[in-house]
Amino acid sequence: MSTEVKEVKKKEPLFSKKNKGLITDPLNDSNPITVQVLGICSALAITVQLKPAIVMSLSVLAVLSIGNVVISLLRNLIPSRIRIIVQLVVVASLVILVNEVLQAFAYDVSKELSVFVGLIITNCIIMGRFEAFALANSPWKSFLDGLGNSFGYAWILIAVAFVRELFGSGTLFGFPVIPDSWYIDNGGFYSNNGFFLFPPMALIVVGIIIWIQRNRNTKLIED
Amino acid sequence: MDVNKNSYTFIFATVMVVVVAAILSYASTSLKPFQDKNKELESKQNILKSIGVNVERDGAEEAFKKYIKEELVIKGGEQVMEPDVAALDINLAKEIKKEGSDRTLPLFVADKDGATCYIIPLRGKGLWGPVWGYLSLQSDANTIIGATFDHEGETPGLGAEISKGIFMDQFPGKKILKDGKFVSVEVRKGDASGDYQVDGISGGTITSVGVDDMLKDCIQNYIPYLKGRAIAKSSTPKEIEEKSIEPLDSTAVKVDSLTAAATIIE
Repeated sequence: MSTEVKEVKKKEPLFSKKNKGLITDPLNDSNPITVQVLGICSALAITVQLKPAIVMSLSVLAVLSIGNVVISLLRNLIPSRIRIIVQLVVVASLVILVNEVLQAFAYDVSKELSVFVGLIITNCIIMGRFEAFALANSPWKSFLDGLGNSFGYAWILIAVAFVRELFGSGTLFGFPVIPDSWYIDNGGFYSNNGFFLFPPMALIVVGIIIWIQRNRNTKLIED
Repeated sequence: MDVNKNSYTFIFATVMVVVVAAILSYASTSLKPFQDKNKELESKQNILKSIGVNVERDGAEEAFKKYIKEELVIKGGEQVMEPDVAALDINLAKEIKKEGSDRTLPLFVADKDGATCYIIPLRGKGLWGPVWGYLSLQSDANTIIGATFDHEGETPGLGAEISKGIFMDQFPGKKILKDGKFVSVEVRKGDASGDYQVDGISGGTITSVGVDDMLKDCIQNYIPYLKGRAIAKSSTPKEIEEKSIEPLDSTAVKVDSLTAAATIIE
């Protein structure tokens, strides 16, 4: 098996069309959130504001791409009966490591993330990619797959957080963007929609994104 | 090699667990000093923030020395003269599990622009984990100068809002004693215009209730000691006049501290 992989690698340039596809496909055709419907739970929980959504995306990016590489390196050694547990151990230890390092050297970021660090472990995208991709592919491909899926996850998260923070709190990155004079309190006509702050609204926003995506991307339309 | 043999599976699992445990414990022990330093600086920063002194984390050490004049240890309403632990090192998480009078509690006394402030550390339960904070009182031991709150894992946007200005800024000027009796500040739903109320967090009810309980539970243990100090102060009225800080209303403060003292004497 390992020799085969080496041969394939020699023939294939690092960024062949297929490898580029590993990064670009998850952005649209096989998006983890809107198409595979994975990682929905964190997409609902942390999209109230933009900043945590971005920090979460970066953490998932780190954990998913490193984890994919680790699993891929071990893929011929892992007994198939305990592979899920092995995957879980890899994610959990990476997450703990990330958390410890953040607490020591980037205390403010670690405070910002609070419970989400733990939530990364439960993100189905990570286990899903380990199981579906990294266990069967070479480290480099797995790394690209990890990057691609994290980007796919990130842009949905950021899009949802943008809409929710704008309409829910009238701010972006915590800075007010709706003029003060528009608010009813100050004699204007506008007030923030508190419903956007609640998780159900995230589901509706994700639903709208899926709707638009399916409308434009005919490949995704099922008969 | 057959990776699906029972013996192999067993060996793989054992090796994996040992390797992972070694990596994690190494990371944990080698990073601990940095983490502890961060936490200590953060609590100093928060103590100062509760009396309205905002400093960067790097400058917290120096500012703490400048403003904090006394670090007391209180037990059963009395000051412990020769405490076993320094006030900053007291583990509040352990202490709040004990009965009120058995607790060994830290109290910080600050001197800000010539006025005495008492800073009470708080600790209680939120929804997902502990919540804590600092509440500072004017020299009358009644009027709140400010409060800071923090939490371990409350839901961002909901319970975690307790550590945001929108919640904490409600505290300055509120009072904890009514006719000399301790009533705490209620974290409530709806109108909170009274002297003894603040508005809770919508969607963060359990955290708000946790903060409410924490305020009641933690502050009351300091009341006997603080009242005692207030009496000592009011016997030399001139000193009060010099020392009380007056952002709001100086006569009210003086009257309050005297009422507080009078009630005790009764």
